[in-house]
Amino acid sequence: MEYVIEMRNIRKEFGNFVANDNITLQLKKGEIHALLGENGAGKSTLMNVLFGLYQPEGGEIFVRGEKVNITDPNVANDLGIGMVHQHFMLVENFSVTENIILGSEPTKFGITNKKDAAKKVQALSEQYGLNVDPYAIIEDISVGMQQRVEILKTLYRGAEILIFDEPTASLTPQEIIELIQIMKRLIAEGKSIILITHKLKEIMDVSDRVTVIRKGQGIGTVTTSETSPNDLASLMVGRQVTFKTVKGPANPNGEVLDIKDLVVEDYRKIEKIKRLNLNVRKGEIVGIAGIDGNGQSELIEAITGLRKVKSGTVKINGKDVTNFKPRKVTESGVGHIPQDRHRHGLVLDFPIGHNIALQTYYTQPISKNGIIDYKKIDKKAKEIIEAYDVRTQGAHEPARALSGGNQQKAIIGREVDRDPDLLIAALPTRGLDVGAIEFIHSRLIEQRDNGKAVLLLSFELDEVMNVSDRIAVIYDGQIVDIVLPEETTEQQLGLLMAGQSLDEDGSNKVSLSKEGEDQHVE
Amino acid sequence: MSNRVTNILVPIVSVILGLIVGAIIMLVSGFSPIDGYIALWNGIFGDAYTIGETIRQITPYILAGLAVAFAFRSGLFNIGVEGQLIVGWFAAAYVGLVFEDLPKIIHLPLSLIAAMLAGALWGFVPGLLKAKFRVHEVIVTIMMNYIALHVTNALIKTVSDGGDRTERIFSSASLRSEFLANLTDFSRLHYGILIALIMVGVMWFLLEKTTLGYELKAVGFNQNASEYAGMNVNKNIILAMVISGMFAGLAGAMEALGTFEYISSKGGFTGIGFDGIAVALLGMNTPLGVIFGATLFGSLKYGALNMPNAAGIPLEIVEIVIAVIIFFVASGYIIRLLLQRMASKKGAK
Amino acid sequence: MSFLEILYFIIPQAIFYAAPLILVAMGGVFSEKSGVVNIGLEGLMVMGAFAGILFNLMFADTFGGLTPWLSLIAGMLAALLLSVLHAVASVSFRANQVVSGVAINILAPALSIYLVKRIFDKGQTDFITTSFPRKDVPFLSDIPFIGPLFFSSIYATSVLAIAIAIISWFVIYKTPFGLRLRAVGEHPMAADTMGINVTRMRYIAVLLSGAFAGIGGAIYAQTITGDFGHATINGQGFMALAAVIFGKWHPLGAMGAAIFFGLAQSLSIVGNAIPGVDQIPNVFMLILPYVLTILALAGVIGRANAPKANGEPYIKGQR
Repeated sequence: MEYVIEMRNIRKEFGNFVANDNITLQLKKGEIHALLGENGAGKSTLMNVLFGLYQPEGGEIFVRGEKVNITDPNVANDLGIGMVHQHFMLVENFSVTENIILGSEPTKFGITNKKDAAKKVQALSEQYGLNVDPYAIIEDISVGMQQRVEILKTLYRGAEILIFDEPTASLTPQEIIELIQIMKRLIAEGKSIILITHKLKEIMDVSDRVTVIRKGQGIGTVTTSETSPNDLASLMVGRQVTFKTVKGPANPNGEVLDIKDLVVEDYRKIEKIKRLNLNVRKGEIVGIAGIDGNGQSELIEAITGLRKVKSGTVKINGKDVTNFKPRKVTESGVGHIPQDRHRHGLVLDFPIGHNIALQTYYTQPISKNGIIDYKKIDKKAKEIIEAYDVRTQGAHEPARALSGGNQQKAIIGREVDRDPDLLIAALPTRGLDVGAIEFIHSRLIEQRDNGKAVLLLSFELDEVMNVSDRIAVIYDGQIVDIVLPEETTEQQLGLLMAGQSLDEDGSNKVSLSKEGEDQHVE
Repeated sequence: MSNRVTNILVPIVSVILGLIVGAIIMLVSGFSPIDGYIALWNGIFGDAYTIGETIRQITPYILAGLAVAFAFRSGLFNIGVEGQLIVGWFAAAYVGLVFEDLPKIIHLPLSLIAAMLAGALWGFVPGLLKAKFRVHEVIVTIMMNYIALHVTNALIKTVSDGGDRTERIFSSASLRSEFLANLTDFSRLHYGILIALIMVGVMWFLLEKTTLGYELKAVGFNQNASEYAGMNVNKNIILAMVISGMFAGLAGAMEALGTFEYISSKGGFTGIGFDGIAVALLGMNTPLGVIFGATLFGSLKYGALNMPNAAGIPLEIVEIVIAVIIFFVASGYIIRLLLQRMASKKGAK
Repeated sequence: MSFLEILYFIIPQAIFYAAPLILVAMGGVFSEKSGVVNIGLEGLMVMGAFAGILFNLMFADTFGGLTPWLSLIAGMLAALLLSVLHAVASVSFRANQVVSGVAINILAPALSIYLVKRIFDKGQTDFITTSFPRKDVPFLSDIPFIGPLFFSSIYATSVLAIAIAIISWFVIYKTPFGLRLRAVGEHPMAADTMGINVTRMRYIAVLLSGAFAGIGGAIYAQTITGDFGHATINGQGFMALAAVIFGKWHPLGAMGAAIFFGLAQSLSIVGNAIPGVDQIPNVFMLILPYVLTILALAGVIGRANAPKANGEPYIKGQR
C-alpha cells in the first residue's frame, strides 16, 4: 500500500532537548489519521517539520512515494500539504480574501486583483459548504469562521493533505459538529487529513487510525475501530489511567461566596455577565461548566477585583467586597489560581522564590516599613517548594525555567498557603500532564475537606464532573442551571452548556444541526 | 560558559570591537590610530587637570545612566533623559541665580530639588500618558525632548532679557569646590561626583531593598501578574518615570551648579541623555554597572577633546566609537551566540 | 497684508518646508509598516544631507544644472548604506530597535562631521552654488487662486515628494508587495506560514526607509540650509516620525501631517511678517508639532493604529 505521506524515523532537537525522537507516521489516502499525545509530547513539532517550518535532524519524508526535502512552507504548499494552525495565522485587520491570497496574490498589471480572488474564494467556500464571506474583516468574524478561513487558505493553494492542529480547542459544541461535517466532506472530495489532538472522544468519533506519541517518541499506530478510549489513554500516558478522582462526600455548611444580580461589562460596554447569581459554601467544590466565552473569565475577574462590577454584589463571608481592589479581595480571604499562569500567575523573569511571595511580599514578616527582607522570602519559598513538590533547582531559579506543572504547583502552594476561605481555581490543569493533574485535583479536594470553599472553572467536562460537588452551568453570562454530577450525564451537561434546557427525561428537543444529521456525533 | 560570564563579556567585547572600528576609520581616513588613541589616553589621564575634568565629565553621565537604567528596570524606555536633563539644568540655574543671600545649606539643596522636580515633571507626562492611555513612552519622550529644548531656550531668553546666556548662579548654590580644584590643578571638578555616587546607592537601595523596588521590577516584567497580585500598576509606571526623571534632572543640575554655573541657549541637544542609554546598556542596567559605563563614556568624551590638538584627528571619532559600541551591545544576542560557539568548540577540543 | 496675500505667502512656504518631511515620513511608514521601529530617521536624514551637499560641491562644475538631482541620489545611497546597519542589528541580530535607532542617530552626525572636518578642515561645508530652480507648473499655475497657491514658483522637489507619497500609498495598499509588507508588520508568523520571507521583507522596508530619509535629507540641505554642519538637521527626522504617527501610519495621512508640520515650521520662521501671527511667541510654533503629536496620541490615535508587531523581532519557531 502506498501512502500519501510517510514520515520515517523523524528526529528533531532544540538545543539539548529532543522534541521528536524516531517518530514514524504513515497517512493513507482518504483517511482521517489522528495524531495523539499529551501536551508537549511533540505533536506540533512533528507537524511543523512536515509543513517545513522546522528542519529535522534525522529521518526521511515521502510524499506519494517520493522522497522530499521540505525546506519551507512554500515547498509544503507545492506538495499539496496545507496546515490549519491551532493559533490561527490570520492578519486581523485584513479581509478574508486578503488573508487567503497572501503570498500567492493574483495580479492585473502589477495590481493585486482582489475581485477575482474573492470570486474564487466564494466558489471554494460553496464547494465545501464553508459559508465564508470573502469580504469580511477577520476581527469581525467568529472563531469558527476564522477557522474555516484557515481551511480555505489551504484549499486555495490546492492542498490535498490537510493538517488540523487541535482544531476544536476554542470551538463551541455546535462549531465542533460543523467542523466534523466539513472534515468528512473534505474526505469525500478526495482529501486526506491528519488530526492533531489530545481529546480521546474526538478521535473515537472521526478518525480512521491513530498514531500515538509520548514524550517525543512514537508509540505506535492503531486502527480506531479496534481500540477504546481507555487503551488510547494508557498508550498516551504510558500507564493505566483512572479517570475517576477519589473523594468522599462533601459536608457543606455556611456560605462563603455569595453573588447577587451581578452585571459586568467588557471594554466595549457589552454586558458579559447578566444578573448572575451564585453561591459557594464551606466544604464544597462548585464547578463552573461552560463553553469558553460565556462570561467565565469576566465572572472570576469581577470576583477578584480585576474587573469592574457594573451592578450587583459580591460577598465574601458576609462582607460586601464588590469593586474592591484586587489586594483588598485577596486580604478578605480569597485565593486565586488564575486561568493564564504566564499572563497573570507568574512574573516569569522573577526567581521562583519571588513569585511565591507575590501575594505576601509587602506583609510582615517579609517586609517592614517598606523594606523587604529577601532572606525571609527564600525561607518561605523553600517551605512551599518542599510541601508542594515543586521540582526546581532552588528558590533562585527563574520561574520561566520550570515546567508548566511545577509552575502551577508553585502557584497553588502560594495561594493555598495563605489558607484562604475561598479558593478560586481557573483552568488549574490546562496544558498539564496526567500526573500533575491528579496532584492538583487532590489538593483542591483537600482544601474542601478542610472546610474551605472552592470555585473551580474548567472547560474540560471530565474535570468538572469528577472534581465538583455541584456544577453551575454558565451560558451567555448567566448561571442557567445547577446540577449534581452524580445525577447528570456528559451529554446533558453539554446541552445545558449550549444553552438548551433539559426535559423531564433528560433528553433535548432541539436539533443542533441544520441538516439533522448530528446523531452520529453524539 | 555560564550566563553570568557571557553577560559580562558582551560589553567588554563590544568596547573592544568599537575601538577596533574606530582605529580602522582613522586608518582609512589617513590618520594614525596609535597617535589617536595615545592622544585620547593623554586627554583622559594626562595630568591632574585632565583627570579632574574627566571625573567632572563622568558625573552627569552617571546620573543620566541611572535615569535610563532605572526606567529600564521598571520596563520603561526613557529616551527622554535628554529633555529632562535640560529642564533640570535650567531649573537649577534659575533657582541658583534668583535667590540672593540664602545660606548655602538651603540654597544648594533648593537648587538641586528644583532640578529634580523639573526632571520629574518631564518624566511625569510620558508616565501619565503611558498609565492612562497606554501611549508608548518612547514616542512621547522623544517629543518631550524637543519641547524641553525649545521651551528652555525661550525661558533663557526671557530670564536674560533677550540674551543667549543666563547670569552666573550665586556661589551659595554652587557645587564648585576649591579643595577639589586645587587637588586637580584648577579643573572644574566639583562635589557633584559625590551626589552622583550617592544616587547610585539610592538606586541600588530602592531596587534591591524596598517593596517599592520589588513592585517596580514586577510591573516591569509583567503588568498583568502585578495587577493580579494587587499592585497599582499605573501608579508604579508613573512613579518609575518620575524617579527616572529626577535622576536626569540631577544630571542637569551638575552642569548648572557645578560645571558651568549658568545655562546658555542650545542649538541642539547636549547628547548626555542619549549617551545615558549607552551607559545603562553597557552597565546592564545595574547601579554598579552604570558607574563603569559612565566612566568609560565620560572618559572617552572628555579625552576626545585632546585629539584635534595632539593628533589632528576630529573629536567626532569618539562619538563614532560610542555609536558602534551601542550597536554591538544592543546586538548582544549575536555576540552571545558567537561566544558560546567559541566556548563549545574549545570544550570539544 | 490681506488674507489672500497671507495665504499666497504661507502655503507655498509650508509646502516648501514639508517636502523633505514628507519623504522622510514615507521612509518611516515603510519601515514601521513592516514592523521595524525606526527612530534613526533623524540620523539617516543627516547622512543624506551630508552626502547630498558633498556631492553637489564636488560635482557642480561637472554636471551643472543636473547636480542637485544627482546629489539626491548620492544622499539616498549614503543613507541607504547606513540603514543597512539598522536592518542587520534589528532584523538579524534581534537588537532592540529603539537602541539601534539611537546608535544611528549618534553615528550619523559624528561620521559626517568627522568627514567634513577631514575634507574641509572646518566644522561645516561651503555653501552650494547650484540648487533646484523654482518654476511655475505649466497651465496649472494659471488657474486662479489655486494656481498661485500651489503651482507658482515651486520647487520640483515638492512635486517629487507629493508624487512619492501617492506612489507609496499605491504600493502599500494596492500591490502584492504592500499586502505582504503589512502582513509582516501585523502578524509575521502568519506571513511566514504563507511562505513570505519575513526577514527579506523587513530588510527591504528598512532600506527603503534609509533611501527616502536620505533623499529627504539631501532636499532639506540643498533647498533650506545650503550647506552642511552639525545643526543642519535638527529634529526634522523626529518631526517626520511624528508625522508618521500623527498620520496613523498611512502614507497620505503622514503626508498631510508633514504639510501641517511644514506650516508650523514656516510660521516659526516667517511668521513675524504676518499680522496676528507675529503676536504669538515663536516658541509655540516650534513646539507645536511635538505637542500636537502627544495630544493626538493621548486622544484620537491609540495603539490600535500602529502595526501590531511593530518593534518586535521575529524569531522563527517561537510562539
